[in-house]
Amino acid sequence: MDKSCISIRNVDKQFETRSQTIQALSDINLEVRPNEFITFVGASGCGKSTLLRILAGLETHSGGDILLHDQPIDGPGVDRAMVFQHYSLYPWMTVMQNIKFCRQLKVISDTVYSQSDVEAASGRADALLNLMGLKAFTESYPSQLSGGMQQRVAIARALMPRPDILLMDEPFGALDAQTREVMHDLIRHVHQLEKSTILFVTHDVEEAIYLGSRIVLMAPRPGRVDSIYDVPLPDRRHQDMKLEPEFIELKREILARIRETSGVQTDLDQLSRLTQGAEAT
Amino acid sequence: MNAKVPYEPVKAASHPTRRKSTWWVIRGDLPRRTSVTLATIGLCAPFVIWWLYTAAGLANPLFMPGPGQVVERIWSWWNDDGLLTDIGISTYRVMAAFLISAVIALPLGLYIGTFRPVQATLEPLIDFIRYMPAVAFIPLVMLWVGIAESSKILIIFIGTFFQMVLMVAEDVRRVPMAQIEAAQTMGANRAELIRLVILPSARPAILDTLRITVGWAWTYLVVAELVAANSGLGYAILRAQRYMHTDKIFAGILLIGLIGLLTDQAFRWAGRRAFHWQKR
Repeated sequence: MDKSCISIRNVDKQFETRSQTIQALSDINLEVRPNEFITFVGASGCGKSTLLRILAGLETHSGGDILLHDQPIDGPGVDRAMVFQHYSLYPWMTVMQNIKFCRQLKVISDTVYSQSDVEAASGRADALLNLMGLKAFTESYPSQLSGGMQQRVAIARALMPRPDILLMDEPFGALDAQTREVMHDLIRHVHQLEKSTILFVTHDVEEAIYLGSRIVLMAPRPGRVDSIYDVPLPDRRHQDMKLEPEFIELKREILARIRETSGVQTDLDQLSRLTQGAEAT
Repeated sequence: MNAKVPYEPVKAASHPTRRKSTWWVIRGDLPRRTSVTLATIGLCAPFVIWWLYTAAGLANPLFMPGPGQVVERIWSWWNDDGLLTDIGISTYRVMAAFLISAVIALPLGLYIGTFRPVQATLEPLIDFIRYMPAVAFIPLVMLWVGIAESSKILIIFIGTFFQMVLMVAEDVRRVPMAQIEAAQTMGANRAELIRLVILPSARPAILDTLRITVGWAWTYLVVAELVAANSGLGYAILRAQRYMHTDKIFAGILLIGLIGLLTDQAFRWAGRRAFHWQKR
């Protein structure tokens, strides 16, 4: 078995509010292998985004250990890039400047030793632009792009420093269904090509199955790992697989489990009383 | 089984669609020509009413001079009374106070908007001071810095600075967290976050804040020139009051308004030039 690239062991997270302490994450354990594509689903409040932000180093955990290649994490780092749901592009920069943003940072520029390094980076930026289908928009500003194109720029920008790990927090949540399908195939392609490890948070179960090699289902109050599913699909995926029986069966199972754990129940009696009232009047 | 149903368009009797007026659509669009026309009407209407009112002889010229009289006054002010000097000295006072405010308010606002401890320490204090009336500081200012040029600048400074700091801090706080966090996950350090993300992102809002506060600086001019001035537009207005030169009061007020409008437009123009990437 491959060595773990991320080890999450007994991780806890509490938020302090004025009146109470909220247990956002409770005893999370997960081993992530290199080049895995893990998707996180769960009812709202299950802490999936919080876990991702802790991995990114944007928040701290209250207890337990998180190891990246056997090293504890200490704040954000170039090895872990994050793609946000929206508003993360720099509107004053062109598409190309956004993608090359990390080149201005000291952590990156310190690793540049020669002219060939600079050329390699330029080549990578061009390659990412091509991969994302943004060649014609190199000099455009984000405000001139559609939501789907903006997210492609955000992904390209995150990939630019060659991160080992790509963290994605509902990156396609604001996109329409058709654009989302295109983005799914794109991100699968990127995963195969770049050999990066991807952790992907979503509320869309179909998205989670189609993209992931493993699905982590989390449950709320307190946020915890409820179950983990292996996705029985080959590495090369295509949209028709969504209609195959085992895909639909897995989707049914996961949806049912999320409903069970969410703690939200639709009271059918209440509903029928509501409609009866409407009929009576 | 194929559930596809052939689609046949139905030929319906066509009703002539009446073009609805777009005037009272909530937040509707307005063609550029119409909006320019309306702005011109809005600006000119008071002058026309003013002119009609005085030309009809309804007003005592001592209380309300006609436009012609005011234009004549501006003309003679320009020729014999050193209008240019007055405009020059007033612009100097306003701009000096405004620039000093900006030079201090920009870094301070940046710190307040970026670091919570700085905000916690300074914001309540500044909030407190900004409610103190600048006019009431005149006796103190005269006592502390005398009646030299610096006293006028200080009054205008007190009137604008505290508002400006809070507005700049708010502009900085409005920078989307996702923009900052994205840079963090790419390995940016604190100085880089401020220089490469927070400052450039807040720039358009800060320019807007400057545009608004320079207007406030102008409104404090007359108050500032209460302090033993012997030149300037505000001073001219105050002295005209003493001699009942209502036409000169009108002229002074109109000129200050005009200069303010021009400054405002200059800021807007600069903003459009510098931040052409913004969606409008």
